[in-house]
This record gives sequence, C-alpha cells and structure tokens, in this order.
Amino acid sequence: MRVRLALALLGLMLALPAGAADYAALPGGRFASVLPADGKVAPAQVAPFRLRTEPVTNAEFLAFVKAHPQWRRDRVAAILADRRYLSHWADAETLGGEALPRQPVTRISWFAAQAYCESEGARLPSWYEWEYAAAADASRRDARSDPAWRENLLAWYSRPSNAPLPDIGGAPNAYGVRDITRPVWEWVDDFNALLVASDSRDQNDPDVLKFCGAGAISLQEKENYAVLMRIAMLSALKAADTTNNMGFRCAKPQ
Amino acid sequence: MKRLLPLFAMLLLLGSARAATPLPGDSVYNLPVQLTDQDGRRQTLAERRGRPQLVTMFYTSCQMVCPMIIDSLRLTRNALDPATRAQVDLLAVSFDPAKDDVTTLKNYAEKRKLDPRIWTLARAEPAQVRQLSGVLGLQYRQLPDGEFNHSSELILLDADGRIAARTARIGKLDPEFVEAIHQLVAHPHD
Repeated sequence: MRVRLALALLGLMLALPAGAADYAALPGGRFASVLPADGKVAPAQVAPFRLRTEPVTNAEFLAFVKAHPQWRRDRVAAILADRRYLSHWADAETLGGEALPRQPVTRISWFAAQAYCESEGARLPSWYEWEYAAAADASRRDARSDPAWRENLLAWYSRPSNAPLPDIGGAPNAYGVRDITRPVWEWVDDFNALLVASDSRDQNDPDVLKFCGAGAISLQEKENYAVLMRIAMLSALKAADTTNNMGFRCAKPQ
Repeated sequence: MKRLLPLFAMLLLLGSARAATPLPGDSVYNLPVQLTDQDGRRQTLAERRGRPQLVTMFYTSCQMVCPMIIDSLRLTRNALDPATRAQVDLLAVSFDPAKDDVTTLKNYAEKRKLDPRIWTLARAEPAQVRQLSGVLGLQYRQLPDGEFNHSSELILLDADGRIAARTARIGKLDPEFVEAIHQLVAHPHD
C-alpha cells in the first residue's frame, strides 16, 4: 500500500510540469442534476474529482499551440476546428490586442479543448462535474435554491456578447473554483450526449427509429432555466464549432 | 545504374504516392484513433485510407436497435452491385469499450456470422470513442443501468475519409444511400 502511494506520488510529480495549473479537489456524491441520469428522475453520481480552479487563458493556450503546432489556426484540420478558431488572435502565434493573456481563451473547438487538457495530463469535465461545481456559491456547495445564485447565472445573458471579456480571477466558490459561470461558457466532455434520448424512437415505425435506449428525457428543476439553456447551447454545437464565448477548463480524477 | 535511376525514382513515387498526398482537412482521418478489431489486430483509423468505408457505431450488449444497425449495414452491402461491393469495407466501432473487449467482439461477430474479411468490429479507448463520435456526428450517452442512448446512422466515407453520405434509416434499406455508394465508387473524384 505504501509502495503504491509512493509510486502514485512519484507519477504525480513527474506528470506536473513547472508552473502547472491549480486544481481543486471536489468530493462528489449524489447530485440532483437538471438532467436525470436515467432520463427520468435518477440523481447523478459524481465521483470525487479535481477541477481546474480557473478557465484556460489565452496565454496558456498560446504556449500549448507553440508546443503543438498542429493546433495552430493556420494548420489545424478543418474537421477539428472551424474557420473562426482563434480568429481573434493577431496571428497564429501572437495574441494581440483582441486577446489579452489573462482573458479566458475562446473560439476553441471541443477537439482543441480536449487536446489541451490531454497536454496537461487531464481531460474535459463531464456535464455532471461542471454542473456540480457550478452549483456552489462563495460559501455553500449547493446554492441553487437561492434566487441570488440564479440571478448571478442569468446576469451572464445581459452582458453584450461583443463586450470584451474580463480577465479571469473572480472570487472563488466554496470549492475554490473561480469564474465557472462567468465570463465564458465552457465545453464539457459529453457535450453531444446531453439530449440524446429522444421520443423519436418508435418501435412501430422503423423509419423514424433514430435512437437506441430509453425514451424521452425529462428535464428536472425547470425553474433553473439558466442551466437548461447551457444544455441547449452545448447540444446545439458540433465538436469542431467555435464561438465567441465558449472556453473551457480541465478536470482530473481524484 | 544510370538507366535504373528513373526506375528507382518511379518506384519511390509509386510507393509513397498515397502517404505523400496530404489528407484533406475535412477528412475524419485527421483524428488519431487507435482501433483494435475482433481479432485483436491494432490499426489506426487513418490506416483505412485508400478505400471507401461504410462506418457505424454500436455496442454488442444492445438488444434493441444495434442488431438492426448491423442488419442495415449488411442489407446495404447486399444491395450493391458486385463490383461496387468489392470496393467497400465495413467498420463498426463500439460505444462501450468497457464491455466490448476483443473476445466479446469476436463472439458477437461469430454469432452474427460477420465475415472478418468484410467486417471490422472495433473498440477504442473511451476518450477516443467520444472523439470519433464527434467527427462522425453521432451522439451517445451511457445510462446508469449500463445501457446507452445513441443515435443510429450509417456513414459513407470516401477513400480519403471525407463523409460522403449518411443515413438514419435503420431496419430498412435506404435507396438513396445505396445510390450514393454506387456514385462514389464509380466517380471517386467528383
């Protein structure tokens, strides 16, 4: 046991480059998601995990692009990132005035976000992990029933999308995670899995049989529409899409 | 020797012709995916470059739609004229790498009488399964009971891995999809 622990620690030290990003440990557990695990009412089970305390910034993504030139905007394969990928940067290896170093990086495809996280020995968080971490406010781990929490989430929508993004460095929530609901939306690993269950499955008519598995998904916590809007947004995206306001952060197992 | 040089040059050109042509940016072969097939053979997705492919995703323990996905793939192939049929490979990748190991894929192939010369049933590591579903435009979600909700489609890739056609008609032949395969094989550069 002690040997295994020592090995794990050694592995951890080797895996972490100097100046590595901060990750906060989140305990996980049963979680009442807006998206029931079984498409009906089952709560989500979130295993203990670690989450990047801040979204990935322009400066961090620039360092990644320099180390992995296949992700330069002038070299990336079109199937992995659309034409707007990093288009606010001055050029393929220069941020410029439209992309400040401490702003969260946006115009990032899901593939690019995944590749970045992999370079950090991490992965994208799942939707449940993201929703679980975002449920906290400054002092409570689940503040979702508080109207103030909801208003804070909704305030995002009142910010004009052409206004410059603020730098990261907002106040930490109860887990020590910053900037999770603002200023950017974030990719999750299973973004294209959230609304898969569809009532288009009809065993009597194979022509319209599109989906395998359980029937229509029912969304819970309907008053929590700020979160539901995120699900709708993520579900509408394709993995190569980039948008002005979609950034990301990474997660790791405990 | 001098006379042989052009010959060498030509051989080199021939040998490297495929590798030397850069992949089109919209090819799914830009995605590094390591596949392992029902016989334990490892192959990258990009190694399938060179011939058109009929691709789908499924999982073996699925009782409801997946058997029909495999049936539809078989039905589609059988509807092709023999010359076209000989030009097209079949690939079905599992959504469920945790349960679908090589032995499970092998047993499934035998049970369903899927000829290994024609059919490749493959698994990949979970992160790569998610990426593959991303480039193919397929969706899936694991449920607490271990089943998956997933979209069911057949996808036609051209020889360079570009998506040439797709159909969501499962359980019945889609004549337009069959026609698209014939067209692609007859006019690969259109």
